[in-house]
Amino acid sequence: MVHWTDAEREAINTFWAKIDHEEVGHQALTRVLVVYPWTQRYFSTFGNLSNATAIAGNPKVRAHGKRVLDALGDAITHLDNVNATYAKLSQLHSEKLHVDPENFRLLGETLIIVLAGHFGAAFTPAIQATWQKFLAVVIAALSKQYH
Amino acid sequence: MPLTDADKTHVRSIWSKASGKAEELGAQALARMLEAFPNTKTYFSHYSDLSVKSGQVHVHGKKIIDALTDAVNHIDDITGALSALSTKHAHTLRVDPANFKILSHTILVVLALYFPADFTPEVHLACDKFLAEVSYALAEKYR
Repeated sequence: MVHWTDAEREAINTFWAKIDHEEVGHQALTRVLVVYPWTQRYFSTFGNLSNATAIAGNPKVRAHGKRVLDALGDAITHLDNVNATYAKLSQLHSEKLHVDPENFRLLGETLIIVLAGHFGAAFTPAIQATWQKFLAVVIAALSKQYH
Repeated sequence: MPLTDADKTHVRSIWSKASGKAEELGAQALARMLEAFPNTKTYFSHYSDLSVKSGQVHVHGKKIIDALTDAVNHIDDITGALSALSTKHAHTLRVDPANFKILSHTILVVLALYFPADFTPEVHLACDKFLAEVSYALAEKYR
């Protein structure tokens, strides 16, 4: 079980309340698809992903970005039991979606970069460290059911 | 994944702003790495203060950004530009090259933080590729 200090819970929940799921999700997913174009392999049904402008303007990318951020909310609501909370989601990513868990890491890093861009100096080193820890827990949970 | 002409233009463009804030950006990138990735602290056991306020962190952070500025100014021969630094990291500092990825990440975080309007997805891509080339060049002399 992961140990969270009060300061860490505070950092996670306070920032979560300020995050626009659709906007941040959209930016994060857009950047993943632009910066690591091989990740587009999982989105063959999304239509036009031919360049950065197309990706950023793609409504399916926007919708999916929001979906991912909404799911992150589940982990935040269950900080003391992320593994159990994500068991089914992990299974889905392994057995149905066949997503290489390395992609969870890419999205995690990109999300940190998007948060930094959004919040500026308010995204202090301490808060970044907390979010890196939180996303590492999320990534581990999402990878757990792979076999 | 070599740098395209567009990548080089993007890197030069954002770096023209970054190079002027070398100390602040460097201190932030280094402090964030040390705080979020504690295993990196093992290379700085001789520092008394690892926070973003530390004088030592500021001095070292500036060194890092200045070295990257040099790489940007020789973007067509990063290996050549970083040759001496590669020797130093390989034989004197002996930093595990896995850590180059970690510092590259916090440098991207800091670029996004300080230059949100300039750090577009295309610039992000270019910088990610540039830092990967830098990391590779730094590891060249290791074995």
